[in-house]
Amino acid sequence: MSFSLKDLERRARRQSAERRFRAYGIIALGVAAAMLLTLFFTIFTTGISAFWRYETAIEFTLDAKTLKIDPTASYSEDEYRSAVRKAPYSKVIKNAVYGLFPDVKKRKQKIRLAKMVSYGAESLLRDTLMSGDAKVGDKIKLWVPLSDDLDTFLKGNIDASLPEKKRRVKDIEMSWLETLESEGSIRQVFDWGFFVRADSREPEIAGLGGAIKGSFYLLLVTFMLSVPIGVMAAIYLEEFARKNKFTDFIEININNLAAVPSIIFGLLGLAMFLNFLGFPRSAPLVGGMVLSLMTLPTVIIASRNAIAAVPPTLREAAIGLGASPMQTVLHHVLPVAMPGIITGTILGLARALGETAPLIMIGMVAFIASVPDSIVDPSTALPVQIYLWVDSPERAFVAKSNAAIMVMLAFLLVMNGTAAYLRYRAENR
Amino acid sequence: MVVLALLIVLLAVASYYLAFRRASAWGETQGLKSLPRFHGNFISSWVLLSAFVGWVLATLTFIWLRRTPEALNEAIREELVNSQPMYSLALALIFSSFAFLVIWFSTNPNTAVRRWLESTQRRVMMVAAMVAILTTVGIIASLLFEAYHFFQKIPIQDFLFCTQWSPQTAIRSDQVAAEGAFCVAPLLVGTLLISFIALLVAVPLGLFAAIYLSEYASSRVRTWTKPILEILAGIPTVVYGVFAALIVAPFLKDAGSAWGVSVSSESALAAGLVMGVMIIPFVSSLSDDAIQAVPATLREGSLGLGATQSETIKKVVIPAALPGIVGGVLLAASRAIGETMIVVMAAGLTANMTVNPLEAVTTFTVQIVVLLVGDQEFDSAKTLAAFALGIFLFAVTLMLNYFALKIVREFKEQYE
Repeated sequence: MSFSLKDLERRARRQSAERRFRAYGIIALGVAAAMLLTLFFTIFTTGISAFWRYETAIEFTLDAKTLKIDPTASYSEDEYRSAVRKAPYSKVIKNAVYGLFPDVKKRKQKIRLAKMVSYGAESLLRDTLMSGDAKVGDKIKLWVPLSDDLDTFLKGNIDASLPEKKRRVKDIEMSWLETLESEGSIRQVFDWGFFVRADSREPEIAGLGGAIKGSFYLLLVTFMLSVPIGVMAAIYLEEFARKNKFTDFIEININNLAAVPSIIFGLLGLAMFLNFLGFPRSAPLVGGMVLSLMTLPTVIIASRNAIAAVPPTLREAAIGLGASPMQTVLHHVLPVAMPGIITGTILGLARALGETAPLIMIGMVAFIASVPDSIVDPSTALPVQIYLWVDSPERAFVAKSNAAIMVMLAFLLVMNGTAAYLRYRAENR
Repeated sequence: MVVLALLIVLLAVASYYLAFRRASAWGETQGLKSLPRFHGNFISSWVLLSAFVGWVLATLTFIWLRRTPEALNEAIREELVNSQPMYSLALALIFSSFAFLVIWFSTNPNTAVRRWLESTQRRVMMVAAMVAILTTVGIIASLLFEAYHFFQKIPIQDFLFCTQWSPQTAIRSDQVAAEGAFCVAPLLVGTLLISFIALLVAVPLGLFAAIYLSEYASSRVRTWTKPILEILAGIPTVVYGVFAALIVAPFLKDAGSAWGVSVSSESALAAGLVMGVMIIPFVSSLSDDAIQAVPATLREGSLGLGATQSETIKKVVIPAALPGIVGGVLLAASRAIGETMIVVMAAGLTANMTVNPLEAVTTFTVQIVVLLVGDQEFDSAKTLAAFALGIFLFAVTLMLNYFALKIVREFKEQYE
């Protein structure tokens, strides 16, 4: 058998087509991986700086006159506390900052100077007085957070080469910072309070504490509702339900609900829970109810798979020894199916943690400057906080929102990792 | 209030204990049909169940009271509504006490309490399974109810056949402002445009990734590359939204101005591209399933006739797996249409009837969010319009899902 030149050419063509086709697959996976890496890289590089903050050391004079607390008058404990709470700390701060740069005389510059330290300094001073670490009349040196603009500048996120008019940080402020830095009274510290404080209009004192606690409550409600209902439904459908039209209808419903857009669940929550049932707005209770309706299909499907995977010999042995069908299920099938059910539940909750749209519908986007104390307090959640911060005009909130994404992804990583570990252990037993 | 709640719990515990004691006593003198603990469990589960039923009934009554002002004298009504939790719990307590008495006096040593208990448990489980139906009914009912009110204000033909979407109505009732124009056409165009861009990204990437993973990759490569797609699927949509709004959209705008093309900072392209990345895993995982379901004999036959691997894939495997792939694409399309956060953050807010991907367009989901953020009056056309959009969205996604699942199911049966 001999091959003509044409045959050889055709073979070469087919082989290069083969190689090309294979390359398309690699390229597709490569693009997906590149996207993922770009996503993580940009989040990390923009967000990481928000975990630290710049502080400056300033000596404050807590003199009685500015604070309007009379040292000679005899206060009762309560009166003293309320006087300390209401005292005008902004004046103390102003005096202290003016004292740092006594040459500054122009009104506009003085205003800028007064804005150098964050509003957070006021509550810092209040707390020091309240706790008794300092007394009225003392002079104390405190590290206080800088304003968000200066903080952003020091982190290198404001281009100093821009013309002054286009910059949020002016030349004179830059010179003040240089002076302070040369005196050694500027430092960068890890901002632990970021995980504890509630939201704020001021980026430098805005924290994620309220959102983390709100998300915790949301997941708590979701867990308490979706797991019992989901597992019971799965047991019924897998072990007791006869195969009939009604059961089919339930199954069709579950499958469809799993694919309904999340925003529709939000509309359900708004119309049913808020408008019709009169539940409180912005509360984790309602958010949790909506999210549990959303996670229910996931939990049911995962639990059914886990129950179906239990070997029938187990059931037959239990029935053979005289157990009733219910006892067979509750005492023998369910414990064996438990790892699978837990895995499915964790995956469902991880999904619920990242859900944003339904929470916006039920009013969890409101600005809430306090950490919620119960499931009926108004609250935000991690993903909603990210959305709110991205929408804020201040430059510093961009870094904050990326830092919040990092926190949320860390939680998701832990949850998914746990689920993967449980699955791995169940498979290798 | 707390006292009442505690009383119900106490009743449940006490009833268990009492029934247990009584059954044990019976057991010492005569034979028992069920063990004492079943007596205890049965009575306490009914105490709790009826407490729940009582509470639900009371709550529903209060909702009815609140919504029908003419039902009762104003003062009495107000007083009732103010102490709602107390009355609800009181009714719950009455119901549970009643249940306790009924069961206490109707059980005797010969009652098959275990069977009764198990049938109760089975019923409760059935009700739990029916929550899925209730949710669907709840969604449809609430959407239809509010949309009905909307269409009483805005005729349905104005909603369907027109070109203008500007839902600004009077904020206060005494303001004289132009009635807003509510028209789905620009939203539909915008939604389809963004979803189309997303599918344009996701279908080739997802399909080729699935082909490579299921036909070429060794199992080691598979274990290392599959997580990429799983992570893409697990990232919350708000993160994609941030990515689209802060990275992709400015990048496209800069790239556009470098080329001398004006690109809107809220272009459909940015939202569509990122959404496409988001739905790659949907396309790839369902295509993967479909390709793997194709019997090996088909492949072997083709390879045996001398076709190369890529020829086998193109001419045999893909055509055989096509229904499954189409199902996956339909599911991905429904995901794209219903996706909210990416478009809320990266797409436009004002309606713009264009198919130019470089301009800003808006979608159903964006408008639902825009209409409902802030304080809502449930009688204004603006708020109600969101529900009309919602029903549109629900119907479209439901239809896509239904057909997708049907196609996939029939495809699977074909090779079984």
